[in-house]
This record gives sequence, structure tokens and C-alpha cells, in this order.
Amino acid sequence: MPTKGEKDEFSGIETTGHEWDGIRELDNPLPRWWVWVWAISIVWAIAYWIVMPAWPGLTGHTSGVIGYSQRAIVAQRIDDAKTARGPIAARVAAAPLDQIERDPELLTFALAAGASAFSVNCVQCHGSGGIGAKGFPALVDDAWIWGGTLNEIERTLKVGIRANHPETHDNQMPAFLTDELLTEAEIRDVARFVQSLSDGTKPRGDGAALYADNCAVCHGETGQGNTELGAPRLSDSIWLYGGDLASIIETISRSRAGVMPAWEDRLDTATLRSLTVYVHALGGGL
Amino acid sequence: MDQAAGLNVAPAQAANGVERIDARAVNSPQQRSLYKSRDKVYPKLAHGTFRRLKWLVMLVSLSIYYLTPWIRWERGPDLPNQAVLLDFPGRRFYFFFIEIWPQEVYYLTGLLILASLILFLVTSLAGRVWCGYACPQTVWTDLFVAVERFVEGDRNARIKLDRSKMNASKLARKSVKHLIWILIAAATGGAWVFYFDNAPTLARDLLTLDAPFVAYLFIGIFSATTYTLGALAREQVCTYMCPWPRIQAALQDEHSLVVSYHPERGEPRGPHKKNEPWQGRGHCVDCNQCVAVCPAGIDIRDGQQLECISCALCIDACNGVMKKVGLPANLISYDTLAGIEAKADAEAVRYRFVRPRTVIYAVLIVVVGLVMAGALVSRSDLDLTIQRDRSPLYVALSDGSIRNGYTLKVLNKNHEAKSFALRLEGLPGASLQVIGAQSLEQNATAVLDVPADKLRSFRVYVTAPPSSVPSGLAQMTFTIEDNDGDSTASYRGTFRGPGRE
Repeated sequence: MPTKGEKDEFSGIETTGHEWDGIRELDNPLPRWWVWVWAISIVWAIAYWIVMPAWPGLTGHTSGVIGYSQRAIVAQRIDDAKTARGPIAARVAAAPLDQIERDPELLTFALAAGASAFSVNCVQCHGSGGIGAKGFPALVDDAWIWGGTLNEIERTLKVGIRANHPETHDNQMPAFLTDELLTEAEIRDVARFVQSLSDGTKPRGDGAALYADNCAVCHGETGQGNTELGAPRLSDSIWLYGGDLASIIETISRSRAGVMPAWEDRLDTATLRSLTVYVHALGGGL
Repeated sequence: MDQAAGLNVAPAQAANGVERIDARAVNSPQQRSLYKSRDKVYPKLAHGTFRRLKWLVMLVSLSIYYLTPWIRWERGPDLPNQAVLLDFPGRRFYFFFIEIWPQEVYYLTGLLILASLILFLVTSLAGRVWCGYACPQTVWTDLFVAVERFVEGDRNARIKLDRSKMNASKLARKSVKHLIWILIAAATGGAWVFYFDNAPTLARDLLTLDAPFVAYLFIGIFSATTYTLGALAREQVCTYMCPWPRIQAALQDEHSLVVSYHPERGEPRGPHKKNEPWQGRGHCVDCNQCVAVCPAGIDIRDGQQLECISCALCIDACNGVMKKVGLPANLISYDTLAGIEAKADAEAVRYRFVRPRTVIYAVLIVVVGLVMAGALVSRSDLDLTIQRDRSPLYVALSDGSIRNGYTLKVLNKNHEAKSFALRLEGLPGASLQVIGAQSLEQNATAVLDVPADKLRSFRVYVTAPPSSVPSGLAQMTFTIEDNDGDSTASYRGTFRGPGRE
């Protein structure tokens, strides 16, 4: 491959001397503007190193002469957003809960703020849209263990369930088999009776008497439940841990004790109340 | 290259009283190469019908562009009184009596389709008249060339000036030219932002430096592009950047009018001496006037070319020459390829403007126009859209009934607040609950208040016994009715329950 340039006969332009299988490369200059753009880019890059944070070091990076920081900008924007939301958030924090639902402006704000707080803090257990899962109550139906009014929802959110809050919701269902309160046969009878409360079948055995002695004090004589005590209603078709016989037997034998964090100290008042309105509006509180 | 143009060999006169210009087409096959820098084009001023038409089109189109934002249109309190306003913060487009809401932006699609169809029709009838007269690139380039001619003189003076050494007078002329160019570019960029905000207020804010930063930014961007494309790049935009010349070949055929040279009459060409007979030679005196006036720098006598923007200035130039030498006009003219062929074969020319493609374009224009007008006339000032919750699809309540959730959006385009009655039909035993509605009535009706000119969304829950959803799916209808009974809107939707095996 010769490397000596020569003039191309056809075009009259110098060649670079490079040749591949008889094809020779012409030495056309780069367009002038292109060269300038290239030079300016180099100058720009050097200036950028000096002005902006650029070079990584062992413990950090060069900070640049104008002190640009994306973290600071984000923090500033979050502050700005908080300030901008301040007045309406203050109104949401101060207004009675049912009034928030009646005021279109407050309601729009609360539903939006509640939805975003829900998707950050609640969906992990209660599912997207509050759909729930086994062991995690659905928030879209009308079965409420601790009550589904605005005030009851707000209280549950604040204090949590079996959480480290002085007034936390706490209930204790005995583990009838482990605690040796009932025998396996008795538990089976009670379970059949409990199932009959929900689906209207005729129970066998002496489940009714055992229920009256052991369960009615919390769950009610007809299984109507008690939101004061957090005792679920047993006479409806909604089950937190499953309504088949095996699940009910398991629940009675070993008890259940779900937990929910207390949010009073984790979320600010406006967010907490927005969340209350949002959860109430999911359909469950109606 | 300049010596090759042959200043010395050609006679100075192409015919009696006709100057022969040393002009050569930038794309002539003899000097075409794969790598070539730009041959600067120095368009000479043409005089004639088409030049006057171009001045007129320039005047009208620039007036429309610069003046439109200043037209006022009374719409009532709290609404802008600018006739044409693209109000992005308010999410509304105003065109005189028409108001376009964001969900109606499909009108814009309709307008674009209509504009393309009209362009297709015009192109199939009369070739690239859009390029030659109305295209913004042509209009502004023409304006910038006119400024250049005003400051530096016509073609010969400009060539001489460019070839001369830099001195104070040259520097002054060039500076003045660029200054005027920049002023025009700034006015162009400046006018653009007035379409997006109230023009008088924005004009004052711009002068007092109180206008928003984006206004200055966009003035800067549009000024820079106008200056670069119109003043500097000029015909290169049409030749190298614009896709339209490449598409148009598919829209034209042998019956489309194109600017064309008549070789059967013009050839063989050559300079003509006084008192020489015209027999046995062509009418083209090879004066190159047609090349000199061409803003794209081409020679129309080479035939149809991609670079030709059909501006017809060569027709003006040639007709002037023909008049001088006493020959009939239109050696270069708007003609069809079929017409030129017919003339070459000495047959009668038939112009066929009614052709399948022109008929199809015309019919499509009418259809699209009618559809758009119909949509515009029949559009409602009330809009209801409903979205069913996807998660959960349905909720079984403790008493066994089924509940579905919906997000209901009511758009009230009236300039006054309205209250609507929401009814649910087609679902026996169903009840309706609306979060945030003023009253919660349980009998499948509710009242929705929507402020003026606003979209408001509501959460709606419908509860029905399982018997209403026999196969897991039922059809039902939401209807909202204005409290005056003026307007109603309906939405047919589905209600879902557990599927039956």
C-alpha cells in the first residue's frame, strides 16, 4: 500500500496515497465549518470541566466553579413544591374530614395527594387500588375490621395495628389449639358453625354452643363482628384469611395477628388526612 | 472555473440590444462533481408579470404573518380577545369564532390533511407553484435578495463587489446588508411569539424586558433560523434540505403545468446579428438572461430539474428579450410536457386539467372539508367520558352485591357554571354513589356541579345485585343532563361481576 500522495487524474484532487484493490482515497479537506465545530467542541469541553462538577476522585469529585448540584436543585424543587402546596395543604389539615369531601377543590387535592401517598406507603400490602390480598385487608369492599368511617380510617392510619404507638389498635384472639383451649374435634365443629354463619348452611355437631362460649364475646352472637375490638364480622362473605374449612380451622387453632405500622409520626397531617379521604373514596368507606 | 465561463470568447451582445450575460447553471452537467462547494448564485432582478405576482404574494403573505396576531376578537369577560391565539397555559386554541380544546386537537390533523390534499391538487395542476410563490423559504429568500440588491446593487455590481478587495466601502455595504437582514430576521422571530400570547401586552413586556424567558428564547431561535435559512442558505434549502421537490415528481405527470423551455422553437440557439434572418435557426439568442435571474441558479433550457422551484422569473426575463428582438413571447412558458411534445410534433395542444388524479384530489378535499365542517358544527359544548376501574375489576360486598368503580369526566365548555343530573339506566336494582357530588342520592341519580369552562372528574360507584350481571357482564348507560334540559350526554359502558362457569 503506497503512502505517497499523487494527483488523481479524473478529479484533479490529491489522493491520500491509500489504495484498496485499485480504489484510491481522495484527500478532500473537511468542510471548514466542521473543523470549527470540532475546535469549538474541544474548547467547550475544557470549559465544562472547569465550570461543572466533572472529575471523579477517590473521595468525591471536582465541584466546579459555579457550584452546580443536581441534588441541591432537586431539594430546592421539593421545597418549592411544598411551599406551593402549603396553603391548600394547610386547609386540608385543618378542615373537618367530611367537609374535605364536600369541597371540590379540597377533594381534588386530597384524592391526588392521597393516591400518591398510597402508592408509596400502602400498595406493598394492600395492593394497587387497595385490592388487598390474603392476610391484607382489601380497602375497596365494605368489610372493615376497625371501622370504615372517615374518623375510624384516620385513627387506624395514625395508630396502626400492633404497632409501636401508645394507643395502637391491638386485639388478641386466642390460639385455641396451641393454647389447649379446645380439642381438634371441637375446633372442627366451631369452624363448621362459623362457616354456616356466612353461607347459611346447617351446622353439624355442637359448634353453636362452643361458639357461644368462646367466640361470641368478641365476634358477636350472630357473628356480626365488632369494630371497637377489631373483631371481624363472620356472617358476611368476605374473609381475610380464606373462608374454606381448612383456613377457618387454621385461624381458630393458631390465631392470626396482622400488623400495620402507625403513620402518625411518619406522615404529616395533610398527607395523613388526604390518605384518609383517598382510602374512604376507594369505595370501602361508603 | 471563472475563465472557463468564457467571458472573452462569447460576444457581448446576444442580439441587437440584448446583453449577453456570463451566467452558468450551478448544476450544469459539465461542472457537476461528487464533492463541490457552493456556487454562489447572484439572481438578477427580473421585470414582468410573474415578478409582479411574486411581489404581490410576498406583500400579502408577509402582511398576514405580521398582522394576524394584532387582530382583536371580542369573546366576553375573562377570555382573550385576540382573534388568533395559541394559548398553551390556558390549553385552548382560538381562531376567530372557533375554540379548540385539547381533546379536539384532531382538527389540526384534519387541517394538515386538507392542506396536503390542496397542495397535491395544486401541484398536479400547476406544478410547484407553492415552491415558486408561497413557500415561506421562497418569500423570505426573495425579501433578503431584494435587500441585498437594494444595498449592493444588481447582479453585476454584486459580483464585482464580492471580487473586489475588502475596503471601507465594501465593509460598510456588507455591514448594512447584514444589519437589515438581522432586523428582518428579528422581526420574523418576534412576530412568531405574538401568536402565543396577547400581542399588545407581550410587545410592551418585550420592550421593558419583562417578558418571560421563553419569549426571548424563541425570538432568538426563529431569528437565527430565518437569518441562516433565508439570508445565507437560500436555494440550498430547496435543493438539499427540503423533501418536497423529491415527492412532487410523484404528483406531477405530463399534463401538469411546468415552467419549460420550448426547444422545438429555441434550437439551435446562438447569438443573433442585426438584420440576420431568423430562418434556419432557433429563437434562443443564448443571452443567459434566464439563468441570471434564476434564484436557484439553474438553466431551464437543460429541461425539467429538481432544483427548479417554478417561480417563472426566467419566463419574465425571456419574454423581455423576445420583445426586444421582436419575436413572440413564451419561448419559456408554463406548459405541460404533453403540450411541448405536441408542439414539437406540430400537433394541436390539448390541456387536460380534469384527470383521474385531479378529480380524486378534488373529491377528497370536498369530503375532508365537509367532514371537518360537520364535526365543527355538531360538536357539543358538553362532553362526558367514563373510565372503568381496571383494578379491581369488581368488588363483592358483604351482602353479596357487586360494586364497580368508575372515573367520570364532565367537560363543561359553556362559559357559565352548570349543574348536571347523572342517571344510570339499564341495570336493574343498581344504586349510584358519587364521591364529592353535592348530594348523594341513592336512587341511581346524583347531581354533579361543574364550573364554567372546566373539566371536572368524579369518582362514581355503582352497586348492583348479582342478578343484574347474569353472565359476568352487563351493559348500562350513564346519562348527564343539564339542569335547563338544554344539553345531554350519554356514555354506554359495561358493568362487570364474577364470571359464570
